[in-house]
Amino acid sequence: MSSQKLSAWLLWIYLLLFLFIMLSPLFVMGGAALNDSRFPSVYPWKGFTTQWFVDLWNDPRMWIAGRNTLLVAFGVVALALPIGTAGAILINSLSGATRAIVYGFMVAPILTPGAVIGISTLLFWRTFSIPAGLHLSALGQTSFIAAYVMLLVLARLQSFDAGLEEAALDLGASHGQVLRRILLPHLYPALGAGAIIGFFQSVENFNVTLFTRGGSDTLTVYVGSMVRTGAPPTINALALILILITVTATIIYEVLRRRALAREMAADALLK
Amino acid sequence: MSELLRRYGIGLSAIFIALTAFWLLMLVILPDLYLFENSFRPYLPAVDVGGPKDFYSFANYLNFFQTPIHIQVFGLTVLFASVVTAICFALSYPIAYYLAKVANPRDVATLFLLLLIPLWVSEILRCFALFIMLSFKGPLNMTLIGLGIIHDPIRWITAYNSLMIGLVYVYILFMLFPIYNAIQSLDINQIEAARDLGSPWWRTHWRVIIPHSKPGIASGCVMVFMLSAGSLFVPSLLGSTTSRWFTEIIQQWMFDAFDWNTGAAYAFLLLLLCIIFVSIMMRVFRVSLADIAK
Repeated sequence: MSSQKLSAWLLWIYLLLFLFIMLSPLFVMGGAALNDSRFPSVYPWKGFTTQWFVDLWNDPRMWIAGRNTLLVAFGVVALALPIGTAGAILINSLSGATRAIVYGFMVAPILTPGAVIGISTLLFWRTFSIPAGLHLSALGQTSFIAAYVMLLVLARLQSFDAGLEEAALDLGASHGQVLRRILLPHLYPALGAGAIIGFFQSVENFNVTLFTRGGSDTLTVYVGSMVRTGAPPTINALALILILITVTATIIYEVLRRRALAREMAADALLK
Repeated sequence: MSELLRRYGIGLSAIFIALTAFWLLMLVILPDLYLFENSFRPYLPAVDVGGPKDFYSFANYLNFFQTPIHIQVFGLTVLFASVVTAICFALSYPIAYYLAKVANPRDVATLFLLLLIPLWVSEILRCFALFIMLSFKGPLNMTLIGLGIIHDPIRWITAYNSLMIGLVYVYILFMLFPIYNAIQSLDINQIEAARDLGSPWWRTHWRVIIPHSKPGIASGCVMVFMLSAGSLFVPSLLGSTTSRWFTEIIQQWMFDAFDWNTGAAYAFLLLLLCIIFVSIMMRVFRVSLADIAK
């Protein structure tokens, strides 16, 4: 065996081990949801049960937290999509030092710890006598999720032919028509990706939400507090459901992304 | 700016600028300035706010610098977050390289999907999953005993052990993906040329692949360090009785003492730490902010 083949083989073994370590805790956590044991584990296995799903269904706190999570997530997407898109279009028309400075402020929230975003949001809105609550969670999360949308849209704008806009304007289209008919359709893939990523980032957010939520629960905060005070297996039932949703979303997202990629490559091939 | 006006007209341009201004001013810059401003003011009951007792001072920061245990926890947080960052790099670099340059492209699609799933499952749930694995009579110990590797269960959740394992487990993918993206953009011919010219494998990595992937490495290091040092949940679940994390002190000021002003000062120290770390990374790797965040 050549040394190159040997190293490829060793890397393959290492990758399998890595995947096993990354994924096995998720299987154990999900499996524990079906174990008839008071402790959240698959060992010892005491028999199959769906009791924990029934308990979860009957837990009113979970339903409120779930509703709150969706409210915040939809609010964040509704705010972050237009803000991020506007930011990307704006930064695309800037150059030089101005661009670097504005870009720096736009990406800063991604590199800021969630606790800092949470506390600063809380203190800032307090000066307008706006108390903590889910609305502040949405605003705090928007500050960095808009940055993700901005980056996605900006990347998409690089492949945009500004000549199309010029042509439309020359032919008498209004600025609104140019935006609606030419620019936005080109941006749809980035906006779709931004909406999915933003939604999930919001649902999973813990750090910003913890400081801004006031007395309200979101699912993540609910899970977090249950886990810290000795988790009942109902949390595993919830975890299993959330993982299954995540897996489905991941697969849909990947399939859509690859389809868009394939379409683009086909279009490129045609143009050449 | 004139280009914006020409392309989108006054109305649309105004909307774009207004949305961006709302974002940058109301959600980013002003909140951080208020954090800074509040960190110099005393914690007072509502009636005294704006009164004679409400003046600027360094008292909140002195609180930090005069409490040796807080300084120590801050130092340990910096140290352990750096170690976590280094471990994440060492563990994920071979995988990023393998996925980008060695593996069969047809397999990569599936492998990628398997890696994306844990990335999309929330930090809280993955931390809980690891907590179950590491518990004293948990699956990990039972498996190791079953395999005959150990005789008595190992106490994983002790000192900083479980916290470090947890931080690496939860944040390593934020290192893996940026490095993968960076290595992937390297032309395979450069690697083969180095090999043909007689470069041993380690020198090819050191002189060709790692220099090319510097933006990805810088990006991964910044993300992992920031997420680890700023982690709230991992230390609270996987920390032991002897491990303390700087964010736990911030939470105590905010939720136990209700002293938001001192909390602001401590949060500002955390922000400062991250700014310094980003600047160091930009210096060391000679990359721009645009390379780190993309």
